[in-house]
Amino acid sequence: MILTASATIDQLDERDRGGKRQPMLIADKLKKYFPIRGGVLQRQIGEVKAVDEVSFSVLKGETLGIVGESGCGKSTLARLLMNLIEKDAGELIFDGDPVGGVRGITLRELRRNMQMVFQDSYSSLNPRLPVQDSIAYGPRVHGMDKATAKKLAADLLDKVGLRAAMFGARYPHELSGGQKQRVNIARALALNPRMLILDEAVSALDKSVEAQVLNLLAHLKREFNLTYLFISHDLNVVQYISDRVLVMYLGQVVEIGPVDDIYNAPRHPYSRALLESRLSMDPAERVTEPPISGDPPNPINPPSGCRFRTRCAFAEDVCASRVPALGAVSNKDHFVACHMASAGSGHSKAGLAH
Amino acid sequence: MPLDAAVMERPVEVVMKTQPPLVDVRDLSVKFVSRESTNSAVNGVTFDLQAGEVLCIIGESGSGKSVTMRALMKLLPPNRTKISGHMRVGAHDITRMSESDMRAVRGSQISMIFQEPMTALDPVYTIGDQIAETVMRHEHCSRADAMARALELLQLVRVPSPERRLKAYPHELSGGLRQRAMIAVALSCKPDLLLADEPTTALDATVQIQVLILLRKLQQELGMAMIFVTHDLGVAAQIADKVAVMYAGRIVEYGKVSDVLMHPQHPYTLGMLASTVHGNMRGQEIEAIPGSPPDLRRQIQGCSFTPRCKFAVKDCLAAPPPAVQLENGQYAACIRAGKGALSAAPQA
Repeated sequence: MILTASATIDQLDERDRGGKRQPMLIADKLKKYFPIRGGVLQRQIGEVKAVDEVSFSVLKGETLGIVGESGCGKSTLARLLMNLIEKDAGELIFDGDPVGGVRGITLRELRRNMQMVFQDSYSSLNPRLPVQDSIAYGPRVHGMDKATAKKLAADLLDKVGLRAAMFGARYPHELSGGQKQRVNIARALALNPRMLILDEAVSALDKSVEAQVLNLLAHLKREFNLTYLFISHDLNVVQYISDRVLVMYLGQVVEIGPVDDIYNAPRHPYSRALLESRLSMDPAERVTEPPISGDPPNPINPPSGCRFRTRCAFAEDVCASRVPALGAVSNKDHFVACHMASAGSGHSKAGLAH
Repeated sequence: MPLDAAVMERPVEVVMKTQPPLVDVRDLSVKFVSRESTNSAVNGVTFDLQAGEVLCIIGESGSGKSVTMRALMKLLPPNRTKISGHMRVGAHDITRMSESDMRAVRGSQISMIFQEPMTALDPVYTIGDQIAETVMRHEHCSRADAMARALELLQLVRVPSPERRLKAYPHELSGGLRQRAMIAVALSCKPDLLLADEPTTALDATVQIQVLILLRKLQQELGMAMIFVTHDLGVAAQIADKVAVMYAGRIVEYGKVSDVLMHPQHPYTLGMLASTVHGNMRGQEIEAIPGSPPDLRRQIQGCSFTPRCKFAVKDCLAAPPPAVQLENGQYAACIRAGKGALSAAPQA
């Protein structure tokens, strides 16, 4: 996968501004707290720390997978990146250009370059528009004439494996889940974007259809020279599609690194528990003891210090008092936020290989 | 856990073949009739289940797996559904039972748990009330006794601080605890048969594994039979004794879980296994099953999987393939079944 990634970077792309080594997208200390209001005066009585100082970058031509359990903030993060909800703090840099502000690119430019595919394929399509018109809508808004936009939409339908002559005039309710998701992907590609955010895009599909759509995504990535941000709770799918993986827990990044490092040698106890929760297909390999107990805690009042400490088997006093910083482990591309991984943190297991 | 290992490897056939099966379903068909069309959701499903056994029905959406379960529980709308065939659970002939008799059976001999506990639990009653209600309804005991039983049940399903959770409303619990509470309601009268309709699908990975382990332990401790519907082969591998794979309203393959998942005989099972993504397939194209399942409103000629099958030949369309039984008790509804390994066949 690393090979194919660099191969796509080497292709000339006239849309490139920052150069090969400039990450496609940099998120710097993104923060989103949702206020909770209550009482007679609807005063703020608390906040959900949905995304808390999340920083990462997405390299050109790669697929960055984001995994985590429900409520960990992965979907909020996706919406922040698309500016579908406003961030409280932090900065976004797309191919070297800050998003918004005086010197940066506009939101309109960002959204032309970065598109999103959602989990619910039905609710993200207009039920009153034939799917071909839905696909042509974006280009029309961005100034393309009607005939060209329609032609483009037909081409894209063919590209995602739906014959335009047969499917173009249909309405969303006349298509199956997999077909609707193909339409959503075609629509995301209509503005010729450089990056796609896929938020649980295959999670609602049946396994056999999921496999078809994953094959399609791999094929489109090569053909259109795309960069993917792939959000999913399915660890097997993320391992299959990603070059690098980011693990989130309660609004924070706990570990990020190359897919093989994370899957073969996870350093954060949460990443390890998550990976051990995968179900084996072999009935002889049944699990009898759960890797961790309990549910993820409520993000309204997350635990102090390390947010995972309430479910962690290795938690010590230092974990409650100090927030572990994201630090590099042996491999310089692999970062983990755990006191055990940083020497001198005060944790009794700090610096020990495990 | 030596106990677990012993129970898992118990010789089911030897111990239990002497008595009639707990569940006996023969040639079950379910058609949904509306003015425009007739949807044949289930087309002649036959299986049986011994007491204390776990059967997983695997299938994709629209395969008829949930409809089969609902038919067994008589939960389908009677005025729009045509059910034919024969269903028996214990001494009850489900097919002929009246609604009032059925109500006495539901929750006592047969219980059901669902995918979404938030819609299955009543939002305006506490968890304790809901468990106690079931106990009082079927065992005619006092409220105090029922509440004591509710507490026991919450302990049984390993809910932490159960006294406090008795007084909690469903929305005050996390997803995993809600699912445990629903399991507690279902187990409150020690059912002989538990029907589970994708109970772990909506849960996070770390919680799903906890609930699966719990369900398996409870099933073994209480000695109840379980029919578990899932689309996830990994879940089946974790919990099933027997597996039935459904496609287009028919069971296309049936057998012991290890036989079916490790040595599939039907091309659809093989395709499902090949298209389930796992990590070491990185960089390769996934061998996806092409196309999509057939429209069940139309009459299907021959084997319903033919249009998507890479082994299809002309004879497949002639007639629905009969179930071919193998020596190990596994059977597959495919004209090729039992004639050599599928994976060795040439790819079309």
